[in-house]
Amino acid sequence: MDSSSVITPSSGLTSQALVLPWWKKAALQLRSAPLIPLAILAMLVFTAVFADLLAPHDPTVGNLRYRYQPPVWQAGGSAEFLLGTDHMGRDVLSRIIYGSRISLLVATAAVVVAGIIGTALGILSGFYGGWVDQVVMRITDTWMALPTVSFAILLAVVLRPSEWNIIVILGAVFWTRYARVIRGEVLSLKERDYVRLAIVAGCSRISIMWSHILPNIANSAIVMATLQFGVVIIAEATLSFLGVGVAPPKPAWGLMLFDGKAGLMTGFWWLSVWPGLCIMLVVLAANLIGDWFRVWSDPQLRQL
Amino acid sequence: MQRYILRRLLYALITLVLLSILIFCLVRITGDPVLLMAEPGAKEADLEALRREFGLDQSWVVQYGVFITNMLQGDFGTSLYYRVPAFELYLQRLPASLLLAAVAMAISLLLGIPVGLLSAVRVNTWFDNFGKIFAILGLSLPSFWVGLMLILVVSVYLDWLPSSGSGDFQHIIMPAFSLGWVFTASHMRLARSAMLEVLGSEYIKLARIKGLSERLVIAKHAFKNALIPVLTLAGISLVQMVNVAVVVESVFAWPGVGRLLYEGIAFRDFPVVQTTVLMGGVMIVGVNLLVDILYAYIDPRIRYG
Amino acid sequence: MAQPLLELKQLQTYLFSAQGTRVVKAVDGVSFTLDEGETLGIVGESGSGKTMTSLSILRLLPTAARIVGGEIRLAGDNLLTKSERQMRHVRGSQITMILQDPMMSLNPLFTIGEQIAEPLRVHRGMRGTGMVERIKELLRSVRIPSPEVRMREYPHQMSGGMRQRIVGAISLSCEPRLLIADEPTTSLDVTIQAQYLRLLKDIQERAGLAMIFITHNIGIVARMCDTVAVMYAGKLVERAPVRTLFNQPAHPYTEALLRAVPKITERSDRLWSIEGQPPDAANLPPGCPFSPRCPKVEARCQRDVPPEFQVGDDHYARCWLWER
Repeated sequence: MDSSSVITPSSGLTSQALVLPWWKKAALQLRSAPLIPLAILAMLVFTAVFADLLAPHDPTVGNLRYRYQPPVWQAGGSAEFLLGTDHMGRDVLSRIIYGSRISLLVATAAVVVAGIIGTALGILSGFYGGWVDQVVMRITDTWMALPTVSFAILLAVVLRPSEWNIIVILGAVFWTRYARVIRGEVLSLKERDYVRLAIVAGCSRISIMWSHILPNIANSAIVMATLQFGVVIIAEATLSFLGVGVAPPKPAWGLMLFDGKAGLMTGFWWLSVWPGLCIMLVVLAANLIGDWFRVWSDPQLRQL
Repeated sequence: MQRYILRRLLYALITLVLLSILIFCLVRITGDPVLLMAEPGAKEADLEALRREFGLDQSWVVQYGVFITNMLQGDFGTSLYYRVPAFELYLQRLPASLLLAAVAMAISLLLGIPVGLLSAVRVNTWFDNFGKIFAILGLSLPSFWVGLMLILVVSVYLDWLPSSGSGDFQHIIMPAFSLGWVFTASHMRLARSAMLEVLGSEYIKLARIKGLSERLVIAKHAFKNALIPVLTLAGISLVQMVNVAVVVESVFAWPGVGRLLYEGIAFRDFPVVQTTVLMGGVMIVGVNLLVDILYAYIDPRIRYG
Repeated sequence: MAQPLLELKQLQTYLFSAQGTRVVKAVDGVSFTLDEGETLGIVGESGSGKTMTSLSILRLLPTAARIVGGEIRLAGDNLLTKSERQMRHVRGSQITMILQDPMMSLNPLFTIGEQIAEPLRVHRGMRGTGMVERIKELLRSVRIPSPEVRMREYPHQMSGGMRQRIVGAISLSCEPRLLIADEPTTSLDVTIQAQYLRLLKDIQERAGLAMIFITHNIGIVARMCDTVAVMYAGKLVERAPVRTLFNQPAHPYTEALLRAVPKITERSDRLWSIEGQPPDAANLPPGCPFSPRCPKVEARCQRDVPPEFQVGDDHYARCWLWER
């Protein structure tokens, strides 16, 4: 929501010249692009892709002799395990690096699945209208009434734990937002002249939906996807934390938090802090980029 | 107004019916439900007996009928672990969750709304920017991690508060804060954007034209109008809280329905899991209905519409 | 001669973009006077600065706008030097304004009575039965039947015409000296428009109220106003008594505006319109802002901005054609 329409009491006479010199203008333009979040996400992708080269140890195999070692700068730590080890003697740093791969894959896939389902339903519902619309909307409302985390847990309990199932579950839980918003957009798009002309000209419904409607709502869909990304990462971490997500010994960040909980009371802080920080950074970056993208792609919201 | 309420009631009922069908079908589509109800390692003969006992060998329509009739009588199945009716368990744990959610909601509203409203009034100042950062952080931190960190710092290092259990104020403050954290951010954001929209409206312009003091304009005209969307979200958030509380309750061992769900998972106690999810849905539908009705009271356009 | 009620001298209100990268001279050196009981019409296209001028008088501007120069004198008093607190006393009691859309102007959550009561309470300190009587009186004066019932109702329960009259009642509650009406009939049906205008005229005569009527509809100007000011791209290009403006327009833009209004007596296949595009307020050409579209343009017009020249009694035009 921008603030340019707000009318407020104005002071009397002011003669401030507010036009900026060119170098200040440039600095402001640069500041508006979310460089740091983009850098963070780039690092995430890089780490995920080159995990094999970056990680100093195997993330799933540990040596019990080295269990519960603190990070290198604390007493008892060693340079071999920079961020410490967990209860099985596995290197925390390596697990975090490999964990990025899992988080990235699962979150991206889940967002894509949710997006496809939601967008398809939204388009069908908005375009066909009538009883199709009513039915789909009722289903969407019902689905939305399900508590997301609990529902995901229910599904996770019913299905066997595996990465692919998690993706399906998350997709199944998060598609409703897309459907609602896309349907609204399609409803207004339907009234546009070029769509009506296409119908009159006898184009098949499918081809209209494909070539006219889809490109126009792609923008909204992408914006929503970027905003959902952070939510999905947290959802996956939550599921893993509860033990119904990614199965051990895979190094998912949420799972690391699950393992780390036991050691918390004894002060083994490094097991909980590092994975959580990673989650936070990635979600933060995703949210910031999503916000920026939303403003950037909608000229109405942009303030020059 | 009557018609409005009746219509909302009808929608709520339809949603509940669909909800039950949805859960019913999901469980049966994804595999043999008897496997969920049996002890692991049960023999085929036992499974058969179970099937007959739970009526799982009948057609789905009949099964659904039994399912619904049982539910309406309060029978949601029996907990495999505790061996008491699952519904009873749920009701037992519910007050604790409601208490936690209430305190968390209070925290989030008391912190979030004023900051949000003030950010809108002082838009684009340092206060606003600080608020924005706070909001983004709130939405980026998983609540259970906040809880873990709080335990680490407050319980382990500072030893100020106990890290688990329930009883008095000391026990509830950390879980409530962890739970309310995310919602503080979303309430703040919503209050800010609602207020901005209201501030840009024509009637606020007219209020200023009338020569009313700034305080009157904001406190009387803007505030009430901005509150409508915020309260709506608050109502929905309350129920979301009870459901999201799963993790927070697990971290702090708070004896609510969230922890019940967690136990249900840990002990492979499917009736408990199913009950919790169903009841969660019922509560969401119920609260949505209440909020709709409340809405009608606040906004005279709906009352006399 | 008695002192004019309102005097604007070289008012300059500029809009600054959020990052200071663009400046729009929304109101650029506008001057005019208004006597007690006089009705001034301000005409122009959207974006010509009419609304910004009126908002400047009340000192209620969008956050991006600043008044950077000039004077606004109400009965001799410079409003631009007053404190915010003093301005608040002016607003609602000495100068009031009617906005374009009556549905949006009224707060949907409060009753009509409450919304009329506010200025009475704040400016006149009225309370209790005295105030209720005054509210009923006001509603009657804008011809709203059964005021005691209407008082307790909400805005959405009324028709558009009634809402606009209520907004009128709110403005008149503290017996202001100047009423600014910003496109008050644009959102009303044509049949209601005439009624409403008659009502305004009536009230003005009874109360001796001065009015500024902002509109893009020349027909209304002809009916309601004593004097007319024509604005283009933030500048006042012509001002004259209404008859004079219609019969002897001095500025080419005014001529064009009048020509563009289709006349019933004329028969033609095409509607005449002014050539060219409306000006881009952020990028005005040097010289007279109308020069790109002016049929009588000369080389000088594209170089230098013309000052105001006197054309006749009380008749001024900002055009090099009238240089003496």
